[in-house]
Amino acid sequence: MTQDTRMLDSVERYIRGEMLPDERVYFEQLRKTNAEVDQMVVEQTIFFQQMNRFNEWKKFKSSLLEIHTDLAQQGSIKSDKLKGGARVTYLWNRYKRTMAIAASIAGITAIGLSILINSYGPHKESPRLQALVSEVNHLKSVTRSLDNKIDNVDRKKADTVNTIIPKYNGTGFLIDTKGFMITNAHVVKNSRNIFVQNNKGEQFKAFVVKLDVNRDLAILKIDDDRFKTIGYLPYGLSKTAADIAEPIFTLGYPRDEIVYSEGYLSAKTGYNGDTLSCQIGIAANPGNSGGPVFDRNGEVIGILSTKETQAEGVVFAIQSKYIVQALDELKKDSLYHNIKVPLTSGLHGLDKVQQAKKVQDYVFMVKGD
Amino acid sequence: MKPEINEKDLLEGLARNDRKAVETIYRDNYNMVQSLIINNNGSADEAKDIFQEAMIVLYEKVRAGNFELSCLIKTYVYSVSRRLWLKRLQQINRYQPDLDGTAETVGVEEELEAHERLNEEFGLMEKGLASLGEPCKSLLEAYYLQKRSMNEIAVAFGYTNADNAKTQKYKCLMRLKKIFFDQYKHREL
Repeated sequence: MTQDTRMLDSVERYIRGEMLPDERVYFEQLRKTNAEVDQMVVEQTIFFQQMNRFNEWKKFKSSLLEIHTDLAQQGSIKSDKLKGGARVTYLWNRYKRTMAIAASIAGITAIGLSILINSYGPHKESPRLQALVSEVNHLKSVTRSLDNKIDNVDRKKADTVNTIIPKYNGTGFLIDTKGFMITNAHVVKNSRNIFVQNNKGEQFKAFVVKLDVNRDLAILKIDDDRFKTIGYLPYGLSKTAADIAEPIFTLGYPRDEIVYSEGYLSAKTGYNGDTLSCQIGIAANPGNSGGPVFDRNGEVIGILSTKETQAEGVVFAIQSKYIVQALDELKKDSLYHNIKVPLTSGLHGLDKVQQAKKVQDYVFMVKGD
Repeated sequence: MKPEINEKDLLEGLARNDRKAVETIYRDNYNMVQSLIINNNGSADEAKDIFQEAMIVLYEKVRAGNFELSCLIKTYVYSVSRRLWLKRLQQINRYQPDLDGTAETVGVEEELEAHERLNEEFGLMEKGLASLGEPCKSLLEAYYLQKRSMNEIAVAFGYTNADNAKTQKYKCLMRLKKIFFDQYKHREL
């Protein structure tokens, strides 16, 4: 055995309590005096713990499978009857009795009613009945016209709400399912009214929750009844910086429609060595400000914010860790402590077309006047 | 209250992977989750997967020493399953913003994040072991998972002595660690 093998063997026998008493005393002495040995013991103990957990996890998984089969066989759970497209059968079996009862009740009622009508009802079709029908028809048309009117009013209301002439245009993206959104401070700081618009053209009113001019970040909240809480955000915020040359992409609104562009990370710092931001090589135009910069895993690594006017394709983005910081500060306020920022991305391994498709619903145009 | 005591007992049993406790929780909650999945575009097989994953999340929670759920087991399992299913739908492009189903839910985001990490780690470990090939895989499993002694292992595997088995085990362990960390780093990029 080599020395490494012998060392590992001793460490493992020590951890597993397989050493004889005097060997153990000797080893403990060695552990105290030799930092390397001590480190090995610690590392190997952790490895043992991990393996134990792994083992229990595997056992638990296999016992679940076993229990499932047993319970299905006993009929305690309704499972194996359901293989494939047997759902209708399942529902039928489940509701067979109820349906049978319902059907017979319906049958009895129908027979009873027809007997009643035949014996007591008018034998000729009476004009009163006719009149009722036309009255019903009349009522129907009245309701329809009322509905139309209500629709019109709604549409008008929506129109009036949304008429502002935007002076500032930018991009923003959701960071919480309840409608919290990130954009640049310079997009919204001089605005009185703010609206955000998604890629389907729907507009929602929003307000500024936090303005951080130093970091050029703004957190907005959509405040509009028509905005429905979103189930799940597909992307996460990265807490670490990306590497140079890593491919990136962004979505934004340099025009009225959402626009995709891709590039790469050029430098880990921004203009004049600014550590707040990083430099990216990408085509960006006014209106792209505030847009999310995604890495290839679909994690947000920054917010597109400025570009160098003297050179083409030199664009700067604020690093995402500062969003995390700004949000952490905001969360100290009890009003906003329940903001939930997604930290893991569900876009790993997807191609860019899929990634862009999945995130574009959560990237908004930000308009202010 | 009686039911609460029962729930706590069940959770303690679950933490020990006690067959009876696990079976009880399984029986009491499976049908509910299956209806949820089937009513929302899923199949019975998918329901089984989701439910078992939710059981693992609960298992991990009680293993961490947390026997006091802030809600009933039922509510917890339902909430986790619901969340997992939404996520699965989204991954396979059958995304829908919300699920049909009116039962009460509780927030389970943190647990699910931890669960995902653990799942990934254990998944990598499983893959790593499998890619070692034999006899490495069985050798390491016999020592680290089944906790057999090196003498027993030497006999069982047919090594002439325990020292040779130890040398082999050392090499296998180093290979496993390398594979594991290579995979791990690759994912992180």
